Amino acid sequence: MIYFDNAATTLQKPPAVGAAVLEALQSLGNAGRGAHEPTLKAARVIYDARVKLAKLLGAVPSRIAFTCNATEALNSVLQRLFAPGDHVLTTVCEHNSVLRPLYLAEANGIEVTHLQADTLGRIDYADLEKNLRPQTKAVVITHASNLTGNVTDLQRVSEFTHKHGLLLVVDASQTAGSLPIDAVKTGIDILCFTGHKGLMGPQGTGGVYVRQGLTPRPFKVGGSGVHSFLTTHPAEMPTVLEAGTLNGHGIAGLNAALDFLLATGIETIHTHEDKLMRRFVQGVQHFPEVKLYGDYQAAERAAIVSLNIGAMDSGAVSDMLWEDYKICVRAGAHCAPLLHHHFGTEQQGAVRFSFGCFNTEAEVDIAVKAVKEIVLQYAQESRD
Amino acid sequence: MRLKRLYMILTFATTTDAMAAEKFCLDNGIGGRLIPVPQEISAGCGLAWRMAPEDFLLLEQLHDKWSFIIEASREIMM
Repeated sequence: MIYFDNAATTLQKPPAVGAAVLEALQSLGNAGRGAHEPTLKAARVIYDARVKLAKLLGAVPSRIAFTCNATEALNSVLQRLFAPGDHVLTTVCEHNSVLRPLYLAEANGIEVTHLQADTLGRIDYADLEKNLRPQTKAVVITHASNLTGNVTDLQRVSEFTHKHGLLLVVDASQTAGSLPIDAVKTGIDILCFTGHKGLMGPQGTGGVYVRQGLTPRPFKVGGSGVHSFLTTHPAEMPTVLEAGTLNGHGIAGLNAALDFLLATGIETIHTHEDKLMRRFVQGVQHFPEVKLYGDYQAAERAAIVSLNIGAMDSGAVSDMLWEDYKICVRAGAHCAPLLHHHFGTEQQGAVRFSFGCFNTEAEVDIAVKAVKEIVLQYAQESRD
Repeated sequence: MRLKRLYMILTFATTTDAMAAEKFCLDNGIGGRLIPVPQEISAGCGLAWRMAPEDFLLLEQLHDKWSFIIEASREIMM
């Protein structure tokens, strides 16, 4: 089997991840809920993971809160950050984990503008200024599209948000662990990430970075392990965003994955994934039946390639890839409805290949050959 | 039976601060351990760092390197 669905979740993890989860299942108590050794062990593992995430993101540990995934992180922020009358700038490139909380915000009186994209799925940064209003409070933007792999120039967006006193909220679902991010240096106010994609941890892990000086309102309230007689949830980061028992077992796995990432280096991983992505593009782009979605000339990209073969149903292509070649890809809409509307692929969807740290050039070459054979078959059937 | 003696007790607003304090003390060879917050300081739950008063003096000397915030400190016989 060849696994090219790393944008959905990474399947191949560093071996230490599974071992850490198993060890945690057999030895961790509930972090912050007592002072006996099993609970302290859980708290130490979670703190250790927090420290490593902070190192990876250029932040301090107390500004990183754990969540179940990026969707929970984004909801924690987007559902509590704005007040009726506020205006938010976002883009058509967003995943539903950004779009749907903002649709919910719209229903509660918050106005949202979706910046449009060009034929390659790129936003025009000048549109930020053009759509600015006195009521604009934030820019909510993906670091990389999960459909096109196009990367947002966060430094440029940050200059805009700082110039106008706006918040910059970043969805780093496709980039945490795959592209270098320095949240503090870049001037990001809030950064949401998942643990099971580029960070190579278990599903059920994720988190949010909130910059120093910004006090989020709790999305969930409940057990905190501290100040139990308060009627309100503690306001300090990270406790404010961590009501209830954390996924200590999952975070133990994430902690092991972070060891691997820090030892290997994000730049090294990115270089490898980028090379695979460009090798695949080079192999398939010359087929006239293949239509690519995204800017493949860009210097910086996520390792994602979405394509269609003629008018073939993307689901049918992905099924052929699985049935005939044992290649795992993702077809359909990728929870990115506005970008599919933009490309006119609502019905057809697209076939997404996403490359990971443990993929190889040999696997890419097999996928290129598979696409070629499907293209030839399609061309033959079209002529008949 | 435990013999009572004087300890310096440090409390924290978050478990993260408590864990950061533990790591800092261990990394710097400062004695002590995490215990449940004594009722004399706060009702409810949470973690406190219990240390000998002389160890607290060592910790204070490294104040500029702390990566945690102490909510309260108090000497208690326990």
